[in-house]
Parts: sequence; C-alpha cells; structure tokens
Amino acid sequence: MINFTYTVWILVIPFLMFIFLGLAGHKIGPKLSGLLGTGALAVITALSYITAYYYFFATPKTAETFKAIVAANSTWLQLTDKLHIDLGVLLDPISVMMLIVVTTVSLMVHIYSTGYMKGERGYERFFAFLSLFTFSMLGLVIAPNIFQMYIFWELVGVSSYLLIGFYYEKPSAVAASKKAFIVTRFADLGFLVGILLLSFHTKTFDFITLTDPSGPAIAMAGGASFMGLSVITWSMIFVYMGGVGKSAMFPFHIWLPDAMEGPTPVSALIHAATMVVAGVYLVARMFPVYALAAPVALNVVAYVGAFSSLFAAIIACTQTDIKRVLAYSTISQIGYMMLALGVSGYGGHEGLGYMASMFHLFTHAMFKALLFLGAGAIIHAVHTNLMTEMGGLRKYLPITHLTFLIACLTIAGIPPFSGFFSKDEILAAAFNHNKFLFAVEYAVAGLTAFYMFRLYFNVFWGKETQYNHTPHEAPFSMTIPLIILALASMFTGFIPFNKLVTSNGQAFESGIEWGVAIPSVLIGLLGIGIAFIMYRKETSIPEKLAATFKYGYKWAYNKFYIDELYIFVTKKIIFRYISEPIAWFDRHIIDGTMNSIATVTQVISFRIRKFQSGQLQQYAFVFVSGVILLSVLMIYVWYW
Amino acid sequence: MNSGIPLQFFLILATIMFFVGVYGFLTRRNLITMLMSVELILNSVNINFMAFNRYLFPHKMEGMFFSLFIIAVAASEAAVAIAIIINIYRRFTTINVEDVNEMKY
Repeated sequence: MINFTYTVWILVIPFLMFIFLGLAGHKIGPKLSGLLGTGALAVITALSYITAYYYFFATPKTAETFKAIVAANSTWLQLTDKLHIDLGVLLDPISVMMLIVVTTVSLMVHIYSTGYMKGERGYERFFAFLSLFTFSMLGLVIAPNIFQMYIFWELVGVSSYLLIGFYYEKPSAVAASKKAFIVTRFADLGFLVGILLLSFHTKTFDFITLTDPSGPAIAMAGGASFMGLSVITWSMIFVYMGGVGKSAMFPFHIWLPDAMEGPTPVSALIHAATMVVAGVYLVARMFPVYALAAPVALNVVAYVGAFSSLFAAIIACTQTDIKRVLAYSTISQIGYMMLALGVSGYGGHEGLGYMASMFHLFTHAMFKALLFLGAGAIIHAVHTNLMTEMGGLRKYLPITHLTFLIACLTIAGIPPFSGFFSKDEILAAAFNHNKFLFAVEYAVAGLTAFYMFRLYFNVFWGKETQYNHTPHEAPFSMTIPLIILALASMFTGFIPFNKLVTSNGQAFESGIEWGVAIPSVLIGLLGIGIAFIMYRKETSIPEKLAATFKYGYKWAYNKFYIDELYIFVTKKIIFRYISEPIAWFDRHIIDGTMNSIATVTQVISFRIRKFQSGQLQQYAFVFVSGVILLSVLMIYVWYW
Repeated sequence: MNSGIPLQFFLILATIMFFVGVYGFLTRRNLITMLMSVELILNSVNINFMAFNRYLFPHKMEGMFFSLFIIAVAASEAAVAIAIIINIYRRFTTINVEDVNEMKY
C-alpha cells in the first residue's frame, strides 16, 4: 500500500503561495510573482500526476475495484461526540481525475497569464488570486466529506468573485462579480439546506459512508416523505440546486455570461474548465445516492441538463461577443455532462452515462480552456471582443488559428479528436435510456458545430477587416499553452476512461457505438457546412435568416429575456411588495422605537444636567443641609 | 481638675468655629478663603477632642493623639491645597472657583 499522505502538500503549497503573493507580491515585483506562482503550480501539477500514476497503476486493486483512499483526515471541528467536521484528502477515481484537470488547466493558465497580463496593474494580485482559486478548487475536489466540500465550494465562489471583479474600476465588472456572487450564493442556500437535511437523517457528512450502497443514505430511500417525495429525494434535489448555481444551469445560468468581464485567462480557468464543472462533480460525487435512492432527483438532473444545453446552444448561435458565445457554449456542454449523469445507472455498463460525463468533463476542460485561451490571444491581438469587428485573422495569427480550429473540431465532435469520443459516449448513454433526451442532445450537437464554426469563420475568415494596427501573433508564453492544450484536445480521447473512472470503480467494456457515432458526426458536419456557407465569405444569408425568423432571432439574441425576467421579478415584485414594506417597517417601527428611546433619554438628561454643576460648594451645601435636616429630625424624634 | 471653665464653654466655642467654617466654605468663592474655612472646621474638631479628653477621660491620651494626627493631616492638606491653588492661578490667573470651569459639560 502506498502512502498518499504527501497529497496534503497539493493543498498547502497553493495556499501558502496565495498568502505569500498576497502579502509580499508588491514588494517582489511582477516578474518574480508570476514566476513563483507558476513554479508552485508546476510543483503541484507534478505531484498530482504522480498521485494519479500511483493511484491508477501502482495501487493494487481489491476485487477489480478502485477503492476510495482517505489519504489524510483530521477532526477540524468537534461539535459533539458523533457530529464532527473533518478536513482531509480523499482519493478516488473522480477526485484523482479532477486533480489532473485542475492542475493541468491551472498550470496552462498560469503560463498563459504571464504573457497575457503583462504590464497590467495588479499583476501580483492576479497571481495571488489564481493561487487562492487553485487551492480552493483542489480542496473542493479532494474533500472527503460534504461539509469540507461546502467550505471550499464557497471559497471558489469567493475567488471567482474576486477574479471577475479584477478590473474593479470598471462598473460592468463590479456588477458582474456581484451578480455571480449573489446568484451562486442563492443557489448555495439550497445546497446548505440539502446538506443539513441529508446529514440530519444519515448522521454523517462522510462521502464514503454516504455513498456506500448499504449505507444509511441509500437505506433511507423508502423513508419519510413530504409532498409525495422521500426525504432523500428532497435533500438530493436541494444539493443539486447548489450544483445548478455553480454550474450555471437553467435557471441560475445568468451569471456566467456576465462573468466574462473578468480577464480571459480567468474565464478559461474558472468559468470554463474547472469551477463551473463543480456542480457536475458534486452530482458525480453523490452519484450512488442519486442512482440508488433518489431516481426522481436524478431525472431532475437529466432534464435540467438537457434543457440548459439546448437553451444555451440556441442563444450561442446569435451572440456576437466571442467570449459570450463561448460562455453559452460552456453552459451547453455542462448541460451535456449533467444529462449524461442523469441518464446513467449504477454499476457496469449501466453506468455508461457516469463514465461518459466524467470523460466529457475531462475533454471539455481541455478544449474549452483552449478555446478561451485562443479567444484571449485574439482579443490580445485586435483589442475587441466583438466578432463583427474581426475577420480574416488567419493570416496574422497562424498558431492561434490552428489551435482554435482544432478546438472547434473537437467540440463539434469530429473524429479522431477527443470531443468525438466523449460526446459519443454521452449520446449512446442517452440513446439507451431515453429517446427524447437523445433527440434533444442530437440537435444540440448540430447546433454546437454550427455556432462554433460561425465563430471560427467570422473571426478567421469572413470579410477582410482593416485594423488600426496589424494584429500580431501572441508571445511564446501564450502560444505554448495553446499548443499543449491542442495536443491534449487531440489525444485525450484515447484515454480508456471505462477502465479508470466508473460509477462503482469497476472496469467495464465499452466501445464506440457506431450506430450513434455516425449520425452524430454527420450532424456535426452538417452544422459546420451550414456555417461554412453562411460565414465563409461575407454573405447576406445571416441577415435574411434573421429577418425571416425575426421574433425567434430577437428572443434568442436577447437571451430569451431571462435577465429581464429576473430583474422584473426582483425589482418589481420582490423589492416592491416584500423588501420595501420590510424596509419601511425597519425604518419607522424598529428604528423609530430605538430613536424615540434615545430622544427621550436625551431630553431628560438635558433637563437634569444642571444638577451636575461641578461646583463643590453646591454639593457641599446640599450635603450640609441634608446633615442638618437629619440631625434636626433625629433630635425631634429623640425627644418625642 | 475642674478649674473653673465648664465643658460647655469649649463646646460652644467649637460649635461656633465649626459653623463659621462651614458657612465660609459654602459662601466664599476664593480658594484660599475656602482652605482657611476648612482649617477652622478641623480646629473646631480638635478643640472638641481636647475638651472631651480632658473632661471625660483625664487619664487617657487618645484625644490628644487624635488631635496631633489631625494637625498633621491638616498641615499636609494645606501644603497640597496651596500647591494646587498656585497651579490653578498660574493656569487661569484667578483663584475664583466659579471661573475655573473648563471641564464642565
């Protein structure tokens, strides 16, 4: 048995780096800060790869199953004898996989940022926050109990908030960071309720106990019920609500597009590859409970995922800000992962959806980080986010062009790139489980290919735009991560996930299901073809189409007015009919009572302050008169 | 022992001195005068002590000791009080208590 205690350092190093860069960053200067942050990340990336190697290949499996290993655990908060909150490190296939994803993407983003953020104000602060984020995210994925996960869940929320609001002088960035924080915080309330419900009934926070098929959580399946659903179903729906918020699923998706106000490397790291998949990870982490005890909640997961993926894909087709297109694409792809979990069963080939979801999470992290970093390189070159102001960039940015093309082909699901394999598994799982959901996802696959290539052709081909100054290729520090991630996007599809990351830890046989794969490739090619016709050269087809589907286009362009709906509900209904009366009550009744107490006291004090004249003689006079009075009284009483 | 002067005479003298002192303390606004009034009060008490000691317990010494003690306290009190008064005078160029009211509300 290998001792995995050293994995604690994966958490400790970025935390120390955050403290150090946060406190001393401005003293040691930007160059050294960037170097230190990146160096520390390289160390923990190496540690993660070593851990993954030992976990998957050097630890003897018991009964052909990858066992969860608690590498470190210590009681952090002892509330009662039974109830205590621990902090520790849990290694199992998905957490080890997430270690790889988080550290790899984070390392790429660190290297990229040394070039992208060069000369920005707050360069050291940026790296300090990146370290904080990496620490929080790693803490989240290796959490051995749901409470630690919740703590780090909030920490990633905070670091996301800090990084979205990095350009805090821009009002839109401040608004976006607040929006992200408030929306996810609201969803986290559901998560907390879910945790409390679950731990109240199972008497444990521990993931291993919770997900044990013969454990207390799953035994609750037939327990007490409320409104027709069992307690466990309710608590899992509430837990999922947290995941919906963090993963920007409908209806809590509104924060993610706005979060693109942050620096582009942040969008790549937090809002595409790692933090937003925390919701998927959470469901995967609790998956045995969903699959065995709360199938209704699992259906909720599937339908929310499917709806979000379709909804976001339609919006993505109409947006013109390249980062927003990618943001909606992220929502859509996370919807895919949620759906895959939702249609999965537990164990063996039934668990295909689970495996596919984790597989897609992995490949998506690589190619979506690549897309965002590529978008960052484009923005770096032309200083605008709007693709209507771009065109013909392939000549100026050859490396970015090539890597971006690879990423687009990957997300469109064209073999042999990795997206093809993972998407195929998801579609196959959906096909086996529910034909309706399969149809939705099939349509989304076509839409995905269309909007990605709409973006691609608009930026790199299309009309020849005159630029104020000739765009130039990004520096090496930015292109090297692009190349590495492009290679990862191309080849990670060959990783045998069905042998490594499965719902119950046992390997199962699965190959490419050609019956599903061929049509999905065809619809991908169809989407690319349509995009090619419409956007390869400047044509009038897009305008004509927009005019034909005038209302549909307008609705989708305005994101189906969900933001406006939220504003309407909050401002016109909640604020006016709930908050304002409460504010009035607070101001007039509660404050009024307090103020009047203070006023009365003050008036009385002013009246009686003359007694405290400070004149000793006055006091002495009162004192002497009193004594004389008392003496007279005494004498009078005495001789009575 | 009972050589003529009755005890009441001493007590009347002490009472007069005491109330003269109290009156002076309450009505004067000059710090020096107030200090003098306090001395009068203390000395009237001394007279009381001595008289009672002499007339009631002629073989004991407590009254005298008390008187000596009070004289010592009065002397140190006068020293401290005059030091304070001098400082007040330097600060405010007056020793009228009603004018020294800087710390008043």
